Formats: sequence, C-alpha cells, structure tokens
Amino acid sequence: MLKQIEGSQAVADVVALCRPNVISAYPITPQTHIVEDLALIVGQGKLDAEFVNVESEFTAASVVLGASAAGARTYTATSSQGLLLMAEVIYCISGMRLPIVLTCANRAISAPLSIWNDHQDSMAVRDAGWIQLFAEDNQEAADLHIQAYKIAEQTFLPVMVCMDGFILTHAFEPVDIPEQKEVDDFLPPFKPRHIVDPRWPRGIGLYADPRFYMETRYILHRAMEKSEKTIKEVSADFAKTFGRDSGGFIKTYKLKEADVAIVSMGSVVGTIKDLIDQLEEEGKKVGLLQICSYRPFPRQEIYNVLKDKMNIVVLEKCISLGRGGILASDIRWSFPRAEKKDRNISSFIAGLGGRNITADDLRYMVEKVEKEPVELEFLGLKKELISDKDL
Amino acid sequence: MNEKAEELNRVEKKDLFASGHRACGGCGQALAARLVHDAAGENTIACVATGCLEVFSSPYPDPSWRIPFLHSLFENPSAVASGVEAAYKALKKGPVNIIAQAGDGSTADIGFQSISGMFERGHNVLYVCYDNEAYMNTGVQRSSFTPYGAWTSTTPMGNTTRKKNLPLIAADHGIPYVATATVDDFKDLQRKVKTALSIEGPKYIHILVPCPLGWGHPGDLTVKICRLAKDTGLFPIFEIIDGKVTNVRKIPVKVPVEEYLKPQGRFRHLFKKGVPTEEVAEIQKIANHNIERFNL
Repeated sequence: MLKQIEGSQAVADVVALCRPNVISAYPITPQTHIVEDLALIVGQGKLDAEFVNVESEFTAASVVLGASAAGARTYTATSSQGLLLMAEVIYCISGMRLPIVLTCANRAISAPLSIWNDHQDSMAVRDAGWIQLFAEDNQEAADLHIQAYKIAEQTFLPVMVCMDGFILTHAFEPVDIPEQKEVDDFLPPFKPRHIVDPRWPRGIGLYADPRFYMETRYILHRAMEKSEKTIKEVSADFAKTFGRDSGGFIKTYKLKEADVAIVSMGSVVGTIKDLIDQLEEEGKKVGLLQICSYRPFPRQEIYNVLKDKMNIVVLEKCISLGRGGILASDIRWSFPRAEKKDRNISSFIAGLGGRNITADDLRYMVEKVEKEPVELEFLGLKKELISDKDL
Repeated sequence: MNEKAEELNRVEKKDLFASGHRACGGCGQALAARLVHDAAGENTIACVATGCLEVFSSPYPDPSWRIPFLHSLFENPSAVASGVEAAYKALKKGPVNIIAQAGDGSTADIGFQSISGMFERGHNVLYVCYDNEAYMNTGVQRSSFTPYGAWTSTTPMGNTTRKKNLPLIAADHGIPYVATATVDDFKDLQRKVKTALSIEGPKYIHILVPCPLGWGHPGDLTVKICRLAKDTGLFPIFEIIDGKVTNVRKIPVKVPVEEYLKPQGRFRHLFKKGVPTEEVAEIQKIANHNIERFNL
C-alpha cells in the first residue's frame, strides 16, 4: 500500500514484515526513529519479537550475535560512532557467518562531532565481510531490507543496508509498503545452519591457530564474491514479485551514449539524474553509474558498462585520509592496467558532514572534467575558512 | 535430608567440560569450569569470554566442551548470553541454562558495562566470574580485582589499590541471587550453581580460582590456598538472596594473612628476609574489615 511516510517509518514497517525474532539497538541520531517505530510495533503486539533495549551499540551488536547464533532472525540499526563502537562485533558476526541485517543510517564520524550525513561510517567497516547495499531513496531503502534478509539467509553473510541519514531517514516520501502475505511468500522462515542448542552440542567461535585462520578468511572472501549471484537473483526475484527494480549490483542512467560518466552511490544519485536531464537539454551527454552493492564490489559489471568511457568522474561522500577517494580507488582498480592509459578517472569528495551537494556543484564538476582530469578535489569547499596556518 | 536438599548437595561428575584441555597444572579456573558445568548439566549453553578458559578449552578442531559453546569477544559474554536468552524466549524454546562466564579482567574491567546491562535488564542468565586476580592469559597484568600489595607485571612494585567488590555491586542491581565460592569446596560450589540455576532472572557467582603461574605457587597448593583465602577472611564466602546477605561461611579458626601470602610468589616482596613489611599489616586490616563486615 502506498503511504506518505518518513523513511525511518518505512524501514521499520518493512523490517517488521520480515518478522525478526530479536531486535536490539541503542539510540543514535539519525537512526533513532527506526528503532523507536519498531519498539512501538513490538509494544503494540503487532510483531511477536523480543525487543532488547541495551546500554551501548557494542552490546546491541553482541545481543543480535548471540540471538542469531541461537537460531533467531535478528535486526539492529545504528549510525556513525555507534557503528564504530560495534566494529569489533561486526567482524565477529561475519567471521561466525551469522546472517544478521543491520541498517546504517549513514552519518559523519567525529571529531569534530557531526550528526549529518556522509558515508564515512559504513566505509570504516567496508572490509569486514559484510554485504553493503546502498539505497537511493526511501522506496529502495525499504525494499532492500526485504532483500537483505533473503540474501543474508541464503549466503550466511550479514547485510548492512546503508541509507543516507536525514536525507532519507527523515524525509517523507510516498513508499509502497507490501502486504504481510507478499513478504511471507517472498521471504521463507529462517533456517539456521549452525546454532547453539543442547540437543546438538557444538562450539561456535572456537579459536584458530596459524594452521587454520587463513582458510577462514579465504572462505569468507569467496563467499562474498559468490554472493554476487544471490544479490542479483534476489533483486530479479523481487522485481518479478513486487514489480519494482530495487537493489541488484549496479544501475545506470543515460550511460550508454554519455561522453562523461558520473559514478556515485546513495541518495545523491537523484540530484545527479536531474542534472543529467538538464545537461541533456543543453546538448551535453552525461550518464550515471550507480553502485548499489558496494561490497561485494561489482568490478566486472562496472568494467562492462564503463569500458568505452574515457571520461569518468567519481563523486563520493567519504575519503581515505592520506590516500584520497575510496570509491575512486575502487573504480580505478576496475580497469586492467593497459586500459587505464588515456582514460581519465577524476575523483571528487563531496557532502562531508552533511554539506549540501547542489546542482550547481555538480554542473561545475562536469564542466571541470570536460576540460581536464582531476586527481582529487573537495567539491563545495569553503576556501575562505582555511588559512595557510591550517595547512 | 529431603530429596531436594540431597540433590543440591550431591557432587556431580559428568565430564561435560572434558579433560585433555591445555590448562596449566593446578589451574583453579579449569577446575571451577568443570565443577560449574557438571553442576549445570547437559541442558546448558556456555557463553564464554576470550581469556584463559577460552584459549585452553576451545582451539579448533578439538574443543573440550560437550555442551554448546559460544565465544565471540573479551568483553561481551553477558551481552551474547542476553541475545541467546532473548532468542530462546522469542522462539519459545527451552527451558535451558545459559551461563555467561569470564575471568576477572573481562568481568571487572572491560566487560563491566555489559554485565551491568544484563543484570539491569533482568535476563535469565547465570554469570560466573572466575577470579584469578589479574590478566593471566596475557601474562599477569593488573586488573581491578588484583588485591592490594600483589605483584603483577604491570604493578611491579606491588598493587596500590584495593579489589573492586563485584558481588555487592551485582547485588545492588537488585538481582535475586549472588554467591561467592572457591574451588576447594566442590559441594558448596556446585550447590550454589544449582541453586542459582533454579532461580529465574540474572544470577552472579564469583569464584576465586588460584593461578599457579600468576600467583607463583606450586600447582598442588591450589586447593590449600583457597582454604587460606577463606580462613584469613580475605575471600568471604556468602550468598545474597533477594538483597540479603545469608549463609555466610564462619571461619572455624582464624588464620593470620601471612600464612596466605607467604606461599605465593606475587607477595614475596612483602617480606624482607622473612620479616613482614607494613603492606602485610595493611592486608591484615582488609581481612579484619571483611571479618567484621560479614561476621565471618
């Protein structure tokens, strides 16, 4: 049913339709509305689940770890510092192959404190063995959660659904919330593979000495790579069932004919698409490659759609300090060495700590890369706030 | 003696925590772990913190556990156990005994917040602290359960602070059952585990477990040192049921703390050519304080 609701409410409603058995979370802006809404849904008896109010994000992650290891379908949500506080458990969850679903309401990292959106938080755990899916809008954020459970429970990999804090979590948009039966038909009950149960005593979380540890990492890496197939299948299956394209590996917009290809992810792709339409009217051919699955990274898909693009610009809301654009590095790595020659791959960092990314900013970016490649530039940087002494 | 009392007082030996693990000879923690799980029985899930117990009992591919074992991190067994309990409730499975367990470093320091959360939320979980009074797994560093005067590798001149009193802190959370025990009295320890598991809600058992390596005593003195810890008043034995201290173990013949300190290498520096330093007098004061406080 189409509802005009807040992004957080949409996610909460859809998570409830996925029938998690145990939910545990700790409040942090801008994730709070999601768990508040879920607490109400559980409190009103509309969802038969245990809602565990904990004293930290670290414990929230540990509670869902324990619950998942005991055979429950679980859910948690966090942002920013909360995700960093969870980091130790985040690695355990993937290492123990527990199919936990987590919403990351993307937010900047301290210091300085900023409650506003960028992608630095989920990027900090991008190597942890979690599938990371980025939502463009609230409909996709909602849809991705249904897909996330299916992907997680088929691959025994945890899934992080990343949605931009405030820009999505606090925005009211029309969202189609499916019926319970539709979700039940799409998402079968969770069949755990390994659980703690006195009827079948087994150890989960044994330690591995140097004879065994490497193989666990190799297997996890291969599982991440292999999840590509599941992510695509689940997305296709979702489209067939619900009549909407959501998720998958990558999406493109007017890319085929484009002279300039913009690569980005998250909610900013909406602004980019608007600009592409405007520029088209002005006779410029610009296209978009939108990354939905950031981990596993869709290298082959990216190569396939970008191989004849000689002017590529990567726009991202995060940075590896001392190195540069993180997504830009990934995109540059997607081409064989021989094919990098004469190909311009520019890197723009934008929107850190919630700085608006305007159509004018994006227009400036396109015009700049039409003239020359850009190794690294902060878009919308206020140079007047920076003195020579700072540098 | 009625049937229930008989059952409570029976010493259980089921080898659910099997021999062949890699603990040092005379390890108090290994002994305690065996007694705890044999008392709890097969219908038990062990949620274990990183530490000595985890390391000597759970190397892949040959763990010592004949019951389900779950380990993830150093500071979260109480939170993991909370999750297991929530899952059992949600899935309408059980009943099952869930035992979160850790050493003193995890319990007193890094996992303290999680434990407080588990107590406050009221999960039906037994938390067992194996207290060997320092971070033994990493090489005998000081924890906040390290007693006054003790040598550790990070208090090379002797520890200057007093032990955090977790049994009382636990009781002040309003949990229904708290107990202390040592590994010299199997019957008492196992009775406390069985009692705890018969009570709904969060429970806390604090077990003193000598560490021959870290305390510097021969492995065959483990049991004797436990007795001395009790008979000096340094480790009071009691239960706290619904907030009331009860079943306090009376010391038959009070022993001066010197007799407890002398066999242990970690207290050697407190005796100059056999003569006790003023720190020993300070430790005697701690013992006297306990004797008075708990009426030992």
